[in-house]
Amino acid sequence: MNAPLAPSRRAFVISATAIAGGALLVGCSVADALSIGAADPDFGAFGPFIQIGPDGAVTVICKHIEFGQGSHAGLAAIVAEELDADWSKVRVVEAPADAKVYANLTLGVQGTGGSSAIANSWDQLRSAGAAARSMFVSAAAQLWSVPATEISVKDSVVSHVSGRHASFAELIPAAAKIAPPKTPALKDPKTYTLIGTDRVRRKDSAAKSTGLARYTQDVRLPGMRVAMVAHPPRFGGKVKSFDDTATRKAPSVVDVFEIPSGVAVVAESTWAARQGRELLKVVWDDSKAETRGTDELLAFYRTVAAGHGPDSVKWQTFETRGDAAGAFGGDVLQAAYDFPYLAHATMEPMNCVAEIGAGKKKLTFGSQIPTIDQLNTGAIIGALPGSVEIETLFAGGSFGRRANFQSDYVAECVHIAKRLGDGRPLKLVWTREDDMTAGYYRPLAHHALQVALGPDGLPHAWRQRVVIQSVIKGSPMPQSGVDSTAVEGAMGSPYLTGTPVVDGRVALMEVGAPVLWWRSVGATHTAFVMEHTIDRLARKAGRDPVDYRRALYQRAGPAGARHRAVLDLAVAKAPWGKPAPGYAQGVAVHASFGSVVAQIAEVKLDGKVPRVGRVVTAIDCGTAVAPDQIAAQMEGGTCLGLAAALYGAITLKDGYVQQRNFDRYRVLRMNEAPQVETYILPSTAPPSGVGEPGTPVIGPAVANALLALTGQPTESLPFVA
Amino acid sequence: MAVILNINGKDVTVSSPPETPLLWALRDELGLTGTKYGCGIAQCGACTVHLNGQPQRSCQTPVGALAGVKIQTIEGLGGAHPLQTAWVARDVPQCGYCQSGQIMSAAALLARTPRPTDADIDQAMSGNICRCGAYQRIRAAIKEAAGLGA
Repeated sequence: MNAPLAPSRRAFVISATAIAGGALLVGCSVADALSIGAADPDFGAFGPFIQIGPDGAVTVICKHIEFGQGSHAGLAAIVAEELDADWSKVRVVEAPADAKVYANLTLGVQGTGGSSAIANSWDQLRSAGAAARSMFVSAAAQLWSVPATEISVKDSVVSHVSGRHASFAELIPAAAKIAPPKTPALKDPKTYTLIGTDRVRRKDSAAKSTGLARYTQDVRLPGMRVAMVAHPPRFGGKVKSFDDTATRKAPSVVDVFEIPSGVAVVAESTWAARQGRELLKVVWDDSKAETRGTDELLAFYRTVAAGHGPDSVKWQTFETRGDAAGAFGGDVLQAAYDFPYLAHATMEPMNCVAEIGAGKKKLTFGSQIPTIDQLNTGAIIGALPGSVEIETLFAGGSFGRRANFQSDYVAECVHIAKRLGDGRPLKLVWTREDDMTAGYYRPLAHHALQVALGPDGLPHAWRQRVVIQSVIKGSPMPQSGVDSTAVEGAMGSPYLTGTPVVDGRVALMEVGAPVLWWRSVGATHTAFVMEHTIDRLARKAGRDPVDYRRALYQRAGPAGARHRAVLDLAVAKAPWGKPAPGYAQGVAVHASFGSVVAQIAEVKLDGKVPRVGRVVTAIDCGTAVAPDQIAAQMEGGTCLGLAAALYGAITLKDGYVQQRNFDRYRVLRMNEAPQVETYILPSTAPPSGVGEPGTPVIGPAVANALLALTGQPTESLPFVA
Repeated sequence: MAVILNINGKDVTVSSPPETPLLWALRDELGLTGTKYGCGIAQCGACTVHLNGQPQRSCQTPVGALAGVKIQTIEGLGGAHPLQTAWVARDVPQCGYCQSGQIMSAAALLARTPRPTDADIDQAMSGNICRCGAYQRIRAAIKEAAGLGA
């Protein structure tokens, strides 16, 4: 049931020389090096993840940002379970930037991404909680002169079988003196009373329902100024000259100057900065800018996929098996798919607060990868990365946008603050238009497939060409081998595992529009390609889509076992074959970030617009720590994926971004939202990803329902152009 | 040039120029940061406040036009409004950034339609974008607050 999935997680490889600008560092690990310049913190008796106040109140220090995915609830629950803390009184705070202590054990740096928050913290936080619990038990045993085996803990109260008991608050002075055990005994999961129950609830709902939750946008500090930046309208454009005469006369404008990414206008308030920027006259140098349009790029991608591209195109093989020569004769399904650029379009546009100068090196914002933001900030201001303080706030969404190797908007803020140099807080605010036109999109992509069926109706030969930009090029991630972020989901698919002949290749394109991960990354397109193609093949073979998948998973052996299990669960709950009146069902199954999700969507056509009603979702994510948050991520991931499939597209014309706000970058609204039901497959495996795996499945599920309704495949997204 | 505004039951003096959108006067000058900036063109609803009880986009409302108008923001809802209770009970928020606007739109809906249908909810709430996709919980919480079960 738990066959390993293709490795989908990334690791950052940062050399010590990159950190210290070439200075020789001897005898220190990368994590140590990343912490150079950091203060030596005193975490207290219970270590870096747990603080217990004199009143016995437990605070869990979370090394992961909370931007909606519910990681704070899950991380705190892991600690509270092993500690047997009173969950209703557990508080959560965000960890400071310190890679040595708070590194993501999957990524190798401090940061949140790849749906890894719970998974990488699982052993670490269980141990932290168990160690603290053991300290209370030992303290009580010593104070009461009883064997530790006769002591139990519940809701922050330590009890002896005799009935004698004491609260954490009463025991703290003694417990804090106990040396924490190196390998504390962990609970038998069968005895969990919090993990896996609906008692695991968010800790931030009240703050987020009253307007009190604090985001970067809300930071107000004494002496703070606000900056906006005029950016080049094309990617790669530069400032040629600018006239700031009118801007400087505007009320409350403090300063205007050029920075590497454009022209900064600094003012006393957000509105003044915006008004000042409106008055700015900039002449842009587009001599090195990207001037192609997306239609032109897609036409080029198709040419490349067909094998008619220029000699400079380098194909890399991501999966190969058998002899492709002669395998694609006869009756072959030819399929090709186009995918547009997608903006993350988080509700909170990008922003950052920096205090640089007068002895200060501090950032306050929703930092998704603090280590990278420290490195980039240190490089700009000439400081050791560990000496850059970061206070991480809630972020109003990210979907990958705030995990940027260049720390693009952060660097912009730091450049401005450095130029001001007085240590006063400087808030960089991006408007929606700045945010949407800044790039770092889900890459434009094209897939071309040829699939030959064998006598059994199953794929015998599978050829796939993927043409796309790389999101990891120029990053501190390993560059050898195939860029898995471009092909994950096709690479390692159970459909390919059992196919005798496979010829899968990818070509990475160079385009001036910067790209980045977008919730579920490669799966945003590969899930669609694989799942919709499978339905087209089932149709060609005259088979039911569910039965066809079952046959394919069986053929794949262990690699298909988890797919089969979630498919069966969704089929039973829907149930398959019995849609609501007026609707057609579509099914899709996809594995990403260590988890497998199956969805059965009920779809009808409203004119040309697909309407999605009920969506039954089954997920295998290993041990379910926070079931209600898993459901929330399935609901939300489905909405984000459906928004992209229905409407999402950033297009370029002559290099100019055509969508600047929500009027032309249409997203999902209340009247279009599906009703998602979530069923979690029971599992004793360690937890795997939840934040992203729910996103990529709905697109192909809808396409498959439309195929059933109309007989027509979908070869280009979005559905509604 | 000061403007006197009535916000959450209190008269306050605002020195922002009269053409300043209420959103920025609330946030930057008065520190009422619960009202959020999301798009600046009345497309997303994150900045929704009540003007004389009606839901309005504060990003499109200059402060100079608001003399004598009763303005209510999320901070004025009190924290124990049935919608806020239902929002917490169902863990509606994810990132939470849009939720002030969602709740203000929902509060205006319930004030005029105490027992809304699904169609009423669609109509009242479709101007508020939630990129996290909390829509089905928002719908359920509105019904719960209205005493309709869910």
